[in-house]
Amino acid sequence: MTLTFTRKEMLPPQAPPVSQIGVVRWMRENLFSGPLNSILTIVSILVVWWIISHIGPWFTNAVWYAGSLAECRQILDGATGACFGVIRDRWSQLLYGFYPSNLFWRPNLAMVLMVVALAPILFSAVPRKLLWFSAVYPAIAFWLLWGGSFWVPVAVLAGFGAGYGAFRILAPLSSLLSMLAGVAAAVIWWVFLALPLAGVLQSVAPLALQQVASRDFGGFMLSIIIGVTGIALSLPLGIMLALGRKSDMPLIKVVCVGFIEFIRGVPLITLLFTASLLLNYFLPPGTNFDIILRVIIMVTLFAAAYMAEVIRGGLAALPRGQYEAADALGLDYWKAQRLIIMPQALKISIPGIVNTFIGLFKDTTLVVFIGLLDPIGLSNAIRADTNWNGIYWELFVFIGLCFFIFCFGMSRYSMYLERKLKTDHR
Amino acid sequence: MSELVIDKDIDRSKMKISNEVAIHIGKMNKWYGQFHVLRDIDMTVHRGERIVVCGPSGSGKSTLIRCINRLEEHQQGQIIVDGTELTSDLKNIDKVRSEVGMVFQHFNLFPHLTILENCTLAPIWVRKVPKKEAEEIAMHFLQKVKIPEQALKYPGQLSGGQQQRVAIARSLCMKPRIMLFDEPTSALDPEMIKEVLDTMIQLAEEGMTMICVTHEMGFAQAVANRVIFMDQGQIVEQNEPREFFRNPQSDRTKLFLSQILGH
Repeated sequence: MTLTFTRKEMLPPQAPPVSQIGVVRWMRENLFSGPLNSILTIVSILVVWWIISHIGPWFTNAVWYAGSLAECRQILDGATGACFGVIRDRWSQLLYGFYPSNLFWRPNLAMVLMVVALAPILFSAVPRKLLWFSAVYPAIAFWLLWGGSFWVPVAVLAGFGAGYGAFRILAPLSSLLSMLAGVAAAVIWWVFLALPLAGVLQSVAPLALQQVASRDFGGFMLSIIIGVTGIALSLPLGIMLALGRKSDMPLIKVVCVGFIEFIRGVPLITLLFTASLLLNYFLPPGTNFDIILRVIIMVTLFAAAYMAEVIRGGLAALPRGQYEAADALGLDYWKAQRLIIMPQALKISIPGIVNTFIGLFKDTTLVVFIGLLDPIGLSNAIRADTNWNGIYWELFVFIGLCFFIFCFGMSRYSMYLERKLKTDHR
Repeated sequence: MSELVIDKDIDRSKMKISNEVAIHIGKMNKWYGQFHVLRDIDMTVHRGERIVVCGPSGSGKSTLIRCINRLEEHQQGQIIVDGTELTSDLKNIDKVRSEVGMVFQHFNLFPHLTILENCTLAPIWVRKVPKKEAEEIAMHFLQKVKIPEQALKYPGQLSGGQQQRVAIARSLCMKPRIMLFDEPTSALDPEMIKEVLDTMIQLAEEGMTMICVTHEMGFAQAVANRVIFMDQGQIVEQNEPREFFRNPQSDRTKLFLSQILGH
């Protein structure tokens, strides 16, 4: 026996044997790899078949043309089957609530424009210039949905300009002072100047849409308004809270920790009741503080607290070296956060962030408890009609399906984003 | 001597030490809580000096050079870098940091940016250099560290030695007047140490003021004009390298040298 060995030539790579690739191989490995797994596979197939064969007829026999539940039952004549006639009959309510039907074009247009506004935010291939449209979109959507004078949202938007102007004028003096001045200028503008200015502009150039009151809003339109606004606002607020919680400044830290812990410790329902009932006691009498706006604020604060903790997790996962390298290159705190820390921390947090988004979107159905007509609230309203008294499954299946489409969409987008941002090659 | 022998002929024509003071540290003390990490550090670095700081782990050598660009805060004494004293004034700190380049043991490249973006980021955002110009500068220094072809890759796709050379190029893009190296080769495979040291030698040949915490004694002998030995937060001995290695004065230094060079 000899222990010495010297390789004379290196072996070239070869293709794997044919039996080790392909569908047959996959099935043998994953479905029938042994007696137990084969039995489990067959049992699973039977269970799936049993479920389909029992639920299937309910869908396949479905009645789409009927004006009432009684009519449905007559057509079905004792067979099992869904009565989707209710969706045909009441789809407009499920989508728009009691929004005037001759004005449906407004939410529709707002929805289409929302897709345009979201495109540059979600996909980097879309031209960056569209971001300007995204920035003014909230004002456009507000005007389209609620109507009223065109100049109100314009005057509100101008508040941002006023704040930025004040910031720029004072920026050379001190960064903290200029930031405070910017915020103060914007707030002063909104509280004292925005509405009178809008009134003046309206009298000069009347441009208004028919007003629609918040109580007429409902259905998926309401869910989307609350959900999308809440999502768009809770992410930046959550980032600020997460940074505040890690701040060296004791006051900021205490405020952020207190806020996060308070909001996380209280059920959303409680906050919504606070929004709908209690706030009126605290606000000066006669103030008209829109109920949808109040709900949006509460939902946003609620989601932001969770978001902050998710992002803090992402921040904690970053090695200290990243902060040090950014510092060593001379980047200041905000530049380091924006260019180095946040892109990485947010990327790590994507699953948690989308989790919070999806939770927020589904939680919009809770507004039913404070009397807003979200899809669930409308399903109750529809059942109150004698024609559709006793119909449950069909409405819930439809509502569930719509929510699923939105939430699954968000989930797929987050996976796409994770793949796209994966640059660490681990 | 150490395992790694510097076989390169070193061009010493530009290695000139001027009278100008680059860094002055006077009676500097630092504590971590109760623990006294740096004790009465006195040190003056002239422009063009190449200093190697060595010592056992926990001796405070990394903390010392991290104090120079305020990654660590000192509690007593004075640190003046390029005429700017380091205090809690953020403006001074940012000024010093943009003049002082730093290379870390674990490279600390930004994994979400390409090599080129890693190099252009600070010039664009701190120095306000136009993007195109910043890219030209970056390519120039990537060329210099001999990896221009990797510019569009991400750090995760490069080997450790390549990453460290990118880290050096990233610092150089800020055109620093002083470079700090914090154990730049300690996390590298032996095969890659040489390529990083070669880059550092090249930098020294161009007259860069360098302070380098390292255990590469071959590098210290070939390049440094001064070796500083630290233990327990104090400078125990400093000398020019030939004397330092041949004729160490303190017992602690002798023990240290016998341990790292003996095997």
